[in-house]
Amino acid sequence: MARAAIQRRLNWLIAEVVSTREETPLVRTIELECPGWPGHLPGQHLDVRLTAEDGYTAQRSYSIANPADGEKLAITVEHVDEGEVSAYLIEELTTGDRIELRGPIGGYFVWEPGTGGPLQLIAGGSGIVPLMAMLRARIEAGSDELVRLLASARSYEHIIYREELSEIAQRDGIEVTHTLTRSQPEGWTGPSRRVDRAMLENLVWPPAREPTCFVCGPTGFVETVASTLVELGHPPGRIRTERFGPTGGPT
Amino acid sequence: MTDDSHVDGNALGALFFDLFGREMTDQRGCCAACGAVNQLGCLKVYRAPGDVARCPSCGTVVMVVVSSSTGVRVSFEALRWLELA
Repeated sequence: MARAAIQRRLNWLIAEVVSTREETPLVRTIELECPGWPGHLPGQHLDVRLTAEDGYTAQRSYSIANPADGEKLAITVEHVDEGEVSAYLIEELTTGDRIELRGPIGGYFVWEPGTGGPLQLIAGGSGIVPLMAMLRARIEAGSDELVRLLASARSYEHIIYREELSEIAQRDGIEVTHTLTRSQPEGWTGPSRRVDRAMLENLVWPPAREPTCFVCGPTGFVETVASTLVELGHPPGRIRTERFGPTGGPT
Repeated sequence: MTDDSHVDGNALGALFFDLFGREMTDQRGCCAACGAVNQLGCLKVYRAPGDVARCPSCGTVVMVVVSSSTGVRVSFEALRWLELA
């Protein structure tokens, strides 16, 4: 845990929406500028607080999608069923709007460039978000850790950060594999099923390479992947998990 | 056993900040029931109106967090020790 990210209190700050963009039909990235933001590490999250006119407040946690960049922050939000906060963030929020947030939070599910590799990232759906912050930080820092990303999505259209990931996959030392669980475009040659034991055996760094594994996604996905990694011989201490709960987004 | 209703102790990170004034999810605690030592970020947190944090090793309820109109009440049900590294 970098000392720079440690502070005495987590105060609520006001952030302004700089831009928003659609990642998939149900997922939107919101770029924010937050005066007073103390900086963060890849993998950390923040809390968003919304207050209605009648004083009712709702609070949710979101993974930070970008590496530290002064006052600039990005979160990627998935629309979850009956998710009042995600619905507002995706459908209502526009450039110039202000929201309250506080952070950064988390010292457990955190990775910094230069801490050695290899690095194994395994994402279910929007679990890609904190892992993307790690990948982007690795690229920005120009460090040389070998990285493999295994990302599961329902369909090609549901792949979050699809274009950026296809560019990243061209880089030395970075391998990206998508598995599409429900439908595949014509000519798809990648895996077409849920992440299973065979996939974790063949596409993940073997235990002998001593990878650090970060697994993020819905709870059921993370449970299955983490327990299978242990069965395959990965020490539990090298498997870091972040569960989003039963549905898509972190709560 | 797989159940998909919980999240990780990471989710209590902000609460820990309020309690201890620092990042705690990477700090270690010992379960008073089974003696297992885990980082707080590994706790299994079940979110209902309140949060129930269970030991990832034996499932014992380690902490309960309840919010009310007067404040947030945290009970440490089975935390033998907490280490600040």
